[in-house]
Amino acid sequence: MTQSQASQAQGGAPQVSPQNSSPVERLIFGGLGLGMILLSLRQKNESGLILGTGGALLLSGAAMGRSVGAAITQVRRTPDDTIAVQRAVTIGKSADELYTFWRNFENLPRFMDHLESVKVQDGDGQRSHWVAKAHRGTSVEWDAEITEDEPGRRIAWRSLEGATVPNEGFVEFRPAPGDWGTEIHVSLTYRPPGGTLGAAVARLLGEDPAVQIGEDLRRLKRLLEVGEVPTTEGQPSARKGIMKAEAKMYDNRRTS
Amino acid sequence: MKAVVWQGINRVQVETVPDPEILQPTDAIVRVTATAICGSDLHLVDGYVPSMVHGDILGHEFMGEVVEVGSEVRKVKVGDRVIVPFPIACGKCWYCQHGLTSLCDNSNPNPKLAEALWGYAGSGIYGYSHITGGYAGGQAQFARTVFADQNLYQVPEGLTDEQVLFLTDILPTGYMGAENCNIQPGDVVAVFGCGPVGLFGIMSAFLLGAGRVIAIDRFPERLEMARQLGAETLNYETDSVFERLKEMTGGRGPDSVMDAVGLESHAGGPGGVADAVKQTTRVLESDRPHALRAAIMACRKGGTVSVPGVYGGLADKIPVGAFMNKGLTMKTGQTHVHRYLDLLMGHIQRGDIDPTQIITHRLSLDEAPHAYQIFKHKHEGCIKCVLDPWADPKDHAPVKPG
Repeated sequence: MTQSQASQAQGGAPQVSPQNSSPVERLIFGGLGLGMILLSLRQKNESGLILGTGGALLLSGAAMGRSVGAAITQVRRTPDDTIAVQRAVTIGKSADELYTFWRNFENLPRFMDHLESVKVQDGDGQRSHWVAKAHRGTSVEWDAEITEDEPGRRIAWRSLEGATVPNEGFVEFRPAPGDWGTEIHVSLTYRPPGGTLGAAVARLLGEDPAVQIGEDLRRLKRLLEVGEVPTTEGQPSARKGIMKAEAKMYDNRRTS
Repeated sequence: MKAVVWQGINRVQVETVPDPEILQPTDAIVRVTATAICGSDLHLVDGYVPSMVHGDILGHEFMGEVVEVGSEVRKVKVGDRVIVPFPIACGKCWYCQHGLTSLCDNSNPNPKLAEALWGYAGSGIYGYSHITGGYAGGQAQFARTVFADQNLYQVPEGLTDEQVLFLTDILPTGYMGAENCNIQPGDVVAVFGCGPVGLFGIMSAFLLGAGRVIAIDRFPERLEMARQLGAETLNYETDSVFERLKEMTGGRGPDSVMDAVGLESHAGGPGGVADAVKQTTRVLESDRPHALRAAIMACRKGGTVSVPGVYGGLADKIPVGAFMNKGLTMKTGQTHVHRYLDLLMGHIQRGDIDPTQIITHRLSLDEAPHAYQIFKHKHEGCIKCVLDPWADPKDHAPVKPG
């Protein structure tokens, strides 16, 4: 059992490492930093100073295990080099309603935009086959099994052997105070191709599970509270050409 | 259809755009019969609220007749005469259920921008930048309205458009501004800004039991209107406002102070110039908070500062020491329009409030660029402009003020 599995099995969130880059990345960037410092010694002008400073920053970042890119994109890495994501939303529905909706995994693509389908494979719903949209129209598939199932409270799962992006996680349904309804807490760890660096790049490209899960939970809230997700797609404007791209930059869905 | 379109900073045009369509089953299409220009539209036109895009249709104060409804609309029917509150409520989330509709969790289709700027996103608002959802506005001949059953409010028989139009925004905004003053019977309330919201704030303060209202502005026609409503007035260009407020209240200061000005307040002196310069960069400071500073300083110890004026982002040198050491309370917010509609409609029907008295100009939609000009610069005595989307511009001579 890995460390993150151990911590999740106890019901807690995955443990996050103070170092956001993996040993391999530290070697690569440390080497790069050292190279830049050596190069700078052969320059006599200002560019040498810039090169040397950059190299020193990279080298010290690598020594401390802190990658600037991962820090900017707020990648959270666990000690065994998986990426940890946690998101929560409060929805004005009972825990039982939310659990029932979620436990029927085939509902998940209704609000998880990047999921193409989830098919439950056996009679008791322990194993399922997942298909997710990936980069440039390709897709990623994997099998997953339920590791914990407490009706109205918690569902945990993990991907089975052979997954391209090994992942595991849990969702918890906790009663919110007053008449707020139920808090949904999602925790996920995954091992992206390319490690922390890959995760940082994915985050910059907008294909990052941390962002996606936040959006997915918001969509779930809207679906269950009001029955639809509001949109402005298709409304009139006097926009032409390049201005449409500007509007799209601001809006998730809008092209009009 | 014709629509008023934002084309860049200080550029407003009337353009022909496609008619709106039902995009979701809870939508309704309204044929707009009256629409108005709001002071906060000026912040959009002046370019101080980020995320406006060339071609956006403006307008969040509008009303009209329902001409089409989506398949899931139950209460609203074709032919209904309705006003459209500017904040969009889903009606189902915790905020909507608690009467805080401008904080609706579900109606902003694009909340990430607002979350980046404010931490959490408020409701969607028509024609009010992409931070508040990027919905097309109502300064047009038709408008798509969303969550129709939760938002469209039927106008009772026997009331004109002009009597009820301001229920969409400025009348409830003035009222909530006064309510947020926490007025006790006989209190002295100072109101910074005698534009439409300030004027409705004065009327509401009296309705809520204020003994005296002191109104502050610099335009004679606005101060005159405030006097007609029963307020005492100060002109900040000729009076030393802080000293005069202190003196008029026996040295105590007003019990509550309303900032009905917002992010483009005017001030003389080096401070005002510094704010103006910083705001022009759109980076160093997004808001000119002079009225807010003055409100905090003028308010009596233990009093309440109410802020119905719109602020967008970041402002400098808010006297937080005064705020803390004087034990002030501040209440703010975009207006939860829905919660005030029944109450204020009653006040209009009984004649307690006559919203039409602030209208100085009636123009056609085609004249919108001119209307924005005179409203922004207070030319021709302009206090409030109502636009008719279906009028021939030749039929609409500007109304003389007063």
